[in-house]
Amino acid sequence: MKLDLQNVVKRFGTHTVIDGIGLEVDGVHCFALIGPSGGGKSTLLRIVAGLEYPTSGSVALNGRPIEYHDEALLRHRRSIGTVFQAFNLFPHLTALRNITLPLEKVHGRTTAEARELAEATLGRFQLLNHAHKRPAELSGGQRQRVAIARAIAIKPQVILLDEPTSALDPEMTAEVLELIEELKQEGRDLLLVTHEMGFARRLADRVALLSEGRIAEFGPPDQVFGAPQSEVTKSFLRRVLRY
Amino acid sequence: MIESWRDLVLAPGGERGEASPPTAARVLNTLLALVLLIGAVTLSLVKLNYNWGWESVWESRQILFDGWLMTVAVACVALIVSAAGGFFLALCQRSFFLPLRYFAKVLVEVLRCTPLLVLILVVWYGVCVVLHIDNRFLAGVFILTLYESAYISEIMRSGIESVGKSQIESARAIGLTRVQTYRYVIIPQATRQVLPPLAGQLATMIKDSSLLSIMAIKEFTYNAQQVNSNTYNTLETYIPLAVGYLVLTVPVSVWSRWLERRFKYET
Repeated sequence: MKLDLQNVVKRFGTHTVIDGIGLEVDGVHCFALIGPSGGGKSTLLRIVAGLEYPTSGSVALNGRPIEYHDEALLRHRRSIGTVFQAFNLFPHLTALRNITLPLEKVHGRTTAEARELAEATLGRFQLLNHAHKRPAELSGGQRQRVAIARAIAIKPQVILLDEPTSALDPEMTAEVLELIEELKQEGRDLLLVTHEMGFARRLADRVALLSEGRIAEFGPPDQVFGAPQSEVTKSFLRRVLRY
Repeated sequence: MIESWRDLVLAPGGERGEASPPTAARVLNTLLALVLLIGAVTLSLVKLNYNWGWESVWESRQILFDGWLMTVAVACVALIVSAAGGFFLALCQRSFFLPLRYFAKVLVEVLRCTPLLVLILVVWYGVCVVLHIDNRFLAGVFILTLYESAYISEIMRSGIESVGKSQIESARAIGLTRVQTYRYVIIPQATRQVLPPLAGQLATMIKDSSLLSIMAIKEFTYNAQQVNSNTYNTLETYIPLAVGYLVLTVPVSVWSRWLERRFKYET
């Protein structure tokens, strides 16, 4: 994955959420965004996902600048997979149908192709037994794994994960993190917003710590977690790693 | 489980009343209510010392039945058209194009704040005269449709709004267009919210259609008034009239409640 952010600013009214972020990441498979709540991590991910317009600045993904107007963004969103904290799946559709819907209606696969692809993806994640269940009949961890299956079934250029385990209990968190690790090992490109510090340290190739809309620390995980430079990072890590 | 007479008259859980009473208690109390109601009506009729004469009304039964059928037809046509109209108005109220959005909002508000009888008078004696529309049936169905569309658009709007923001966000994230988002995400989820009140609105529509008698549409109420003025047998005409409406509205109302319960358990 190649991600190039230039002086990105995002304001909601008078409130500045992202305050001039410039960053270049190249040849990285897993890029993790960490930091305190309200620091701008999720907003930055949503801008890269094409779900939010930056107020100013530019973003390029894999060498292609993202054009921030409706039509181009729709095309952009179709080329990536995004997984949110919760409520990713459509509750009126089965797990299988949740995956085939974008394959058929967005990516032009036939019903048979979509079904085959969806079943193969579910099978790989040991979810085939749950293919015909609706989200309400699945556990939180299963729901997130189906959501990730939906995201990868379209063969996205990048998978964006916005706090994928924050709404889960520890046991379910583990099953979802394992799956994300598998994706990494397959060589897929991931952009991950997370509060799981150990996981970020182990999995990420690059970590950025966002605080008050700015990058407080950026580098390989061992450097960010092991030898942080900024005071913000040090105090954040002290707080989150205390327990 | 009925263990004492208390179980038949007191709801389980006392005042909290969360659990539903046993079947025997429900049937018994419903019958009790009906007996009381029918008893009260019968008693007042006996007190009235009314001189019953059913023969002439029985001879006019065809007129009453034709009117009843007309009411069913008017309500069904109005339901279908106003469901479409209400949906359209609900979409307009969410339009990006502000003149359209506010036109729909103002129209819905004005219609909802106008008594149906007044709307009928204004449209039939005003608008229809200006536009040279003299087909009573079409004009009547149009007015009823217009009026009910305003209510149905509010039902539809709240149904659409009941679909969470996160669902629309997910739809955007997987790359559905706006139209596809409505087609595959919003409408299927809103339907379960909308169906019970929509069925309830059908009962309201059947009742409201009686006001169309003011413009001499040959529906149930109008025909009953005709029979009454021909035979002078007032109660013999109006009691069947009331029963005729109840036969239509009670099942629809029960059906609406059933839908409500069914969808509540599914979510």
